[in-house]
Amino acid sequence: MNGLLILIPIALGLGLSGLSAFLWAMGDGQFEDPDGAAIRILIDDEGPGDVGA
Amino acid sequence: MNSSIAATDFTGDVRHLEDSRFAVPGMRCAGCIAKLESGIGGLAGVAAARVNFSAKQLAVSHDESIDDRALIAEIGKLGFEAQPLSVNPLGADHAERRQLTRALGVSGFGMMNIMLLSVSIWSGAADITRELFYWLSAMIAVPVVAYAGRPFFSSAWMALRHGRTNMDVPISIGVLLATGMSMYETVFGGGEAYFEGSVMLLFFLLAGRVLDAMMRDRARAGIEALLRQQAPGAMVLDGIGATRWVKAADLKPGDRMLVAAGENFAADGVIEDGSTSCDLSLISGESAPQRRTADDTVLAGSVNLSAPVTVRITAAGPDTIIADIARLMDEAGQSRGRYVRIADRAAKLYAPAVHALAALSCVGWLIAGAGWHQALTIATAVLIITCPCALGLAVPVSQVVAAGALMRRGILVKDGSALERFALVDRALFDKTGTLTLGRMEPLGLEALSAEQASVALALAQSSRHPISRALHRALKERGVSPAPVEQIGEEQGRGVHGLYRGARVALERPAQDAATTGAATRLVVGDTHIDIMLADGLRPDAGQAMARLAALNVPASIVSGDREEAVTQIATALGLPAQAHALPQDKIAAIQALQAEGHKVLMVGDGLNDGPALAAANASLAPGSATDMGQQAADAVFTGDSLVAVPVMIDAARRTMRVVRENFVLAIGYNVLAVPLAILGYVTPLLAAIAMSTSSVIVIANALRLRSCAR
Repeated sequence: MNGLLILIPIALGLGLSGLSAFLWAMGDGQFEDPDGAAIRILIDDEGPGDVGA
Repeated sequence: MNSSIAATDFTGDVRHLEDSRFAVPGMRCAGCIAKLESGIGGLAGVAAARVNFSAKQLAVSHDESIDDRALIAEIGKLGFEAQPLSVNPLGADHAERRQLTRALGVSGFGMMNIMLLSVSIWSGAADITRELFYWLSAMIAVPVVAYAGRPFFSSAWMALRHGRTNMDVPISIGVLLATGMSMYETVFGGGEAYFEGSVMLLFFLLAGRVLDAMMRDRARAGIEALLRQQAPGAMVLDGIGATRWVKAADLKPGDRMLVAAGENFAADGVIEDGSTSCDLSLISGESAPQRRTADDTVLAGSVNLSAPVTVRITAAGPDTIIADIARLMDEAGQSRGRYVRIADRAAKLYAPAVHALAALSCVGWLIAGAGWHQALTIATAVLIITCPCALGLAVPVSQVVAAGALMRRGILVKDGSALERFALVDRALFDKTGTLTLGRMEPLGLEALSAEQASVALALAQSSRHPISRALHRALKERGVSPAPVEQIGEEQGRGVHGLYRGARVALERPAQDAATTGAATRLVVGDTHIDIMLADGLRPDAGQAMARLAALNVPASIVSGDREEAVTQIATALGLPAQAHALPQDKIAAIQALQAEGHKVLMVGDGLNDGPALAAANASLAPGSATDMGQQAADAVFTGDSLVAVPVMIDAARRTMRVVRENFVLAIGYNVLAVPLAILGYVTPLLAAIAMSTSSVIVIANALRLRSCAR
């Protein structure tokens, strides 16, 4: 029983942190351009002021 | 990781920034992104440029010192074609999808945590632990249901208020009753709670809704990128010979506009100066260019083909023929709104049956001597078991998978209801110009040219922007011709291009008058010889094959065109189809309505402004990617590329989708038929309900995935 008092808040906390991460990602527009995100990694960074990593 | 933007820093300088969006269909790789973002982002007056590769869009945040036209010119310098987009036309749809996704996230969180607690209860947690877990479940479930269930509750409430019923009514009643019963059990103890059942139901159904909304958004973004959306307008001459750009909406009758070769007329008017040929195909369907000289009328929406003219405007904005067509289209589109989607039709039968069954089992158990509490618990179990979880997924999942397959094939479907309507089609009507034909001029008889003549023609054609030259240029390039070294090339407006080749005069000229009256043509002069090259709007390469596949699908096709009798007959005999020529937009609608009156479901395939009303009036409609904006907006689906086989592919895919949807209905209802007797007899436990619900959903999704290859 005592174990539960620790484990349940941990489980709920993990779930809530997952949910808030998801909501943040949506609000931040992380799902707006999935194809772009996949190929942006291929952009070579050259010179200052160029497209960042 | 990818959040940085190419930006010019304005240090402490607060300016009013505007956001502009452009469709840039030409971007293909990481290099394009880098080029656009650094190239445009580095311009003076631009604060930030950000590419959305999925939507093929560029968003630019800039100040007043640089406007959309200048930005398009800059994008052009980087080698991309860009079209301005209105700032956020999809905002409303976007908000709906975001709300659904958020609800999906919340219900997913709730489902996982409640399931965690429920599993411990099912595996034997007792007494105080069990009570504690129920309370915890209730504390999670009630807010989750209240938040994530809103889309269903509001839709069900709307339907009930209008005296109708839809799929959301049994869903809402089931979820609310299950949550309410479980709450009662938790507070007063004793029975079993169905918190995980109601939240899981919401999660699965929301997944279906989110997929549905995503499909719609993706197709709309794709179509938006195809639209030209070029704010129509004209160079207007003022009294002293200077010109300025005026938007179409601001043009007034009496203004004089200067229209260059290749441009659209922005308003109806009368030619004051110059003579040219006009392409009326988008307005009337006529494929042959029409000769227009001083005092002739020209219509908004037609294209000025050969020479610049000055036009005195007689009607602009809402008084033009285009605006009349738009009004006709609005009226024609209203009939389609009456189509009832298959899920709602199913719900009409399903909801009363389910509710009657639940009520009957409640009454039955009361008569059999059970208490109120037990009878209500069993009725709730019946509702939970019959709640159309798989039924709610059956339609959207199949349609999303099919739409994805079609999109890879180059066919953009606007929504799921379009797929349902395409499946019912049993008659097809085709517009001719731009639909059965390519809608652009192709030179004929190029085989007759010698290699030298062909390369001279290419050298001349590539130096001119005249539509005939461009058509010749494209056709010769495709044949692998390389240009001859022609010197002293010059272009004379309205006369042609000429030059010197090995000392001899060479030219592409206007041919003798008799040739010009039969259609577009040009005369190639090389020294003393001259050859007339005719240009015509050719059939799409695989039109015959497409018609054969349509016939195999049992969809007889016919042609309704606004073009002249001879032009239509030529195409009609080539394809072996019945045809109606000289059809006005009203006649096209009448043809559709006549077929509909005979009980047929009509598919309209068309591209022009004159097809807009017919596209809106037909049961289903398809437009090529080269269609006018109005055509693409009126159609249910748009296909890209030159291949007309997209039409039978679309119908076939739609039919297969509906077959899978029906199979899914049978699977979902079949599982209910098995489980309902158990529920009525009171044997269903929450564990059994949860297992049944998830397996039936998985089966339905797996079945829908078979549609991945439906677009072949």
